Amino acid sequence: MILTYALTFMIGCICLSLFLNLVRLFTAPTVTDRILTLDTMTVNALALVVLYGIWAGTGLYLEAAILLALTSFVGTVAYCKYLLRGSIIE
Amino acid sequence: MTLSLLLELFLAAILVGGGLFALVGSYGLLRLPLPMQRLHAPTKATTIGVGAALLVSALDMLPQGVVSWQELLITIFLLLTAPISALFLAKTLLLRNEDPASLPDTGTGKPWATLTEETKTG
Repeated sequence: MILTYALTFMIGCICLSLFLNLVRLFTAPTVTDRILTLDTMTVNALALVVLYGIWAGTGLYLEAAILLALTSFVGTVAYCKYLLRGSIIE
Repeated sequence: MTLSLLLELFLAAILVGGGLFALVGSYGLLRLPLPMQRLHAPTKATTIGVGAALLVSALDMLPQGVVSWQELLITIFLLLTAPISALFLAKTLLLRNEDPASLPDTGTGKPWATLTEETKTG
């Protein structure tokens, strides 16, 4: 019972975090901030997926969480590599 | 006070703490004034927040005698990749936004590797 309340609280926190990230995404002063915000948004979305998995009581959603973690990391590194070197694969 | 109730209280505390950590990370990204400071908040606090959610997900079914190990994979991957993306973002910040005269001395006798000509022109 108490776990359900805590779960609801954390889902609320993550949703608020995602909203703050969205605000930052539209008001970001530099390109680097935008990349960082996108990375943070994906990690927050991953947390939301994991929390929904706890709520639903299945381990099925962890596959989606793994995919999100992988694509977020590769995406961040590719953006940074492009800004640093002008190309992604040399 | 049974053991499963104790576990439930423990997991609830972790969930509340993790939620606050994730919120602090995103709020710091919005509020901190300098680009290098903004790098701090999400890369550390948000990783802890997600780690809390994964820990609870792993220990959720412990009273039934089931511990799922799939979460360990995601946790290790996140803990490995968060510093690497932070390093890449810091290098990008160094290259794009900083005045080279304002940077501190590297202490090795050589200039900052990101800013030397051969790495910059590729």
